[in-house]
Amino acid sequence: MAAATTDDTGLRRGRFAPYGLLSPGIIWLLVFFLVPVVMLVRASLSTKPSRFAEPVFSWDFSNYGSALSEYSDEFIRSFLYAGTATVLAILIGYPLAYWIATCGGRWKNFLIGLVVVPFFTSYLIRTIAWTSILQDDGVVTGLYRLLPWVGSDGRILATPMAVIGGLTYNFISFMILPIYVSLEKIDFRLTEAAADLGCTPWRAFRKVVLPLSLPGIFAGSLLVFIPAAGDYLNARYLGSPQTSMIGTVVQNKFLVQFDYPQAAALSLVLMVIITVLVLIYSKFLGTEGLAV
Amino acid sequence: MTMAEGAAPPVVAEVRPAVGSDRPTRAGSGWGRRVLTAVAVLAYLWLFLPILNIVVFTFNDPAGKYNLSWERFTLENWAEPFKDAQLTEAFWRSLVVAAVAVAVALAMGSLIAIALSRYRFTGNKVTEVFLVLPLTTPEIVLGASLYQLFLGRGVVLGQVTVIIAHIMFLVSFVAMTVKARVRGFDWTVEDAAMDLGARPLRVFWKVTFPLILPGILAAALLSFALSLDDYIVTDFTRGEFTTFPIQVNNAFRVSFPPQVNVLATLILVVTLILFTIGPLSQRRRGAAAG
Repeated sequence: MAAATTDDTGLRRGRFAPYGLLSPGIIWLLVFFLVPVVMLVRASLSTKPSRFAEPVFSWDFSNYGSALSEYSDEFIRSFLYAGTATVLAILIGYPLAYWIATCGGRWKNFLIGLVVVPFFTSYLIRTIAWTSILQDDGVVTGLYRLLPWVGSDGRILATPMAVIGGLTYNFISFMILPIYVSLEKIDFRLTEAAADLGCTPWRAFRKVVLPLSLPGIFAGSLLVFIPAAGDYLNARYLGSPQTSMIGTVVQNKFLVQFDYPQAAALSLVLMVIITVLVLIYSKFLGTEGLAV
Repeated sequence: MTMAEGAAPPVVAEVRPAVGSDRPTRAGSGWGRRVLTAVAVLAYLWLFLPILNIVVFTFNDPAGKYNLSWERFTLENWAEPFKDAQLTEAFWRSLVVAAVAVAVALAMGSLIAIALSRYRFTGNKVTEVFLVLPLTTPEIVLGASLYQLFLGRGVVLGQVTVIIAHIMFLVSFVAMTVKARVRGFDWTVEDAAMDLGARPLRVFWKVTFPLILPGILAAALLSFALSLDDYIVTDFTRGEFTTFPIQVNNAFRVSFPPQVNVLATLILVVTLILFTIGPLSQRRRGAAAG
């Protein structure tokens, strides 16, 4: 503390104090996050001669090649499902956040709290609840079968539609909250100024509000896309073997087949793609918006 | 809510609400606003549909082993919420894991948040990016890499490894949440306290801690929920140890008893109560301070 001086911003220049405060948490993250990821990289370059043999490190890049070629379907499906879920989350979450921010009045905090409430029941149990809602002889599927292009044996459960719906539902709060935060920062008198200058409401929204809320949309998209791309529970409960995602394969390879090298390669490919997305994001918009 | 004024034509001379005020601002024309409200109401219905399903099915008397189709009304499940022994034990184990993990993560994460928001030091930016990485890494990668680490070192998977894993993903989360709440905070009040003769430790407990407390409480509540709910990372680090979600999943092959819904509803009700109490007590404190 004695070494600290305070400048006019109130921020201190510390010599030892900040490192002392950081060290317990950062050391924990180094040991249980960074080191394991490095070991995962090592494992992905190992060879495992037989099912029960120990993997041997050997700069074996073939795991990556076979991971990508054998499981390209699962990769494509994961990114397609997660991408669709992200777009749907924007389409549902943005109007909701916008409505709360502009029409909420003194109920704003209550209304945004209401958005988070469903996410305090277990994620798994919520997903199982969807299987109950969407079951074949249920009301929702009954209504769905009335649609002209759906036959009387149409199903929602065990289709990509159910999996994407589940992903959207389970992660949408990560979209609504950042968008709401960015909308809250906007001075809505700007739209009135735009209206005074002859803008239609829609044009004022497009030219003024939407650009200012883009950081929220970007942060929300990452926060929905990342967990959705690596998820395997929605595919397990709401999907079928034809809708399995990359998470399904990784989980199965690690915990059922014990095929570590290839499982490590698969999960690292997923991580690299996502990390690139995150770095691009933080380059342009900083890391602040990612804290919910 | 004052929806009536949504139809009012834009009047330039009307009193304009200040930014961040509680008064509703205009959202375009009357029609646009009506469509927006309809979308919002539908979105809320969709958000609460599964929750409604979970709560309603606590009153169901299922025909077979699976409580997924409606049969008849009963109060029996609420009379015996802890009927399923395995489920109940897993439920308590989840609470213990969450309590320990949250306590440790809160301490570590808050210290990081204080360091980052109060000091300027070399490595500041690197630390911030490093902190975000665990949050932006898919859970399956976190779980898989820890699984590799523990297995490689011959560590037996169980309660301890699950707690270690939960602390890992909570530290970043706590640090980011607390940091967001103390941003822009005027740290010179600490100097004032020290100028008045307070010792550093006393300054921390009497000045710094009360100021960051709301942030810490918010982080505590959210991270408790995150830990209680975690499936994927737990699945990789648990060995034979089961938590509530894991037990529900494992039992799903043979049964899905109504007690699952009862316990889930109990968690929901408790968090709802905490959420209502939290802001209320904060408001009281705020009123007392100013």
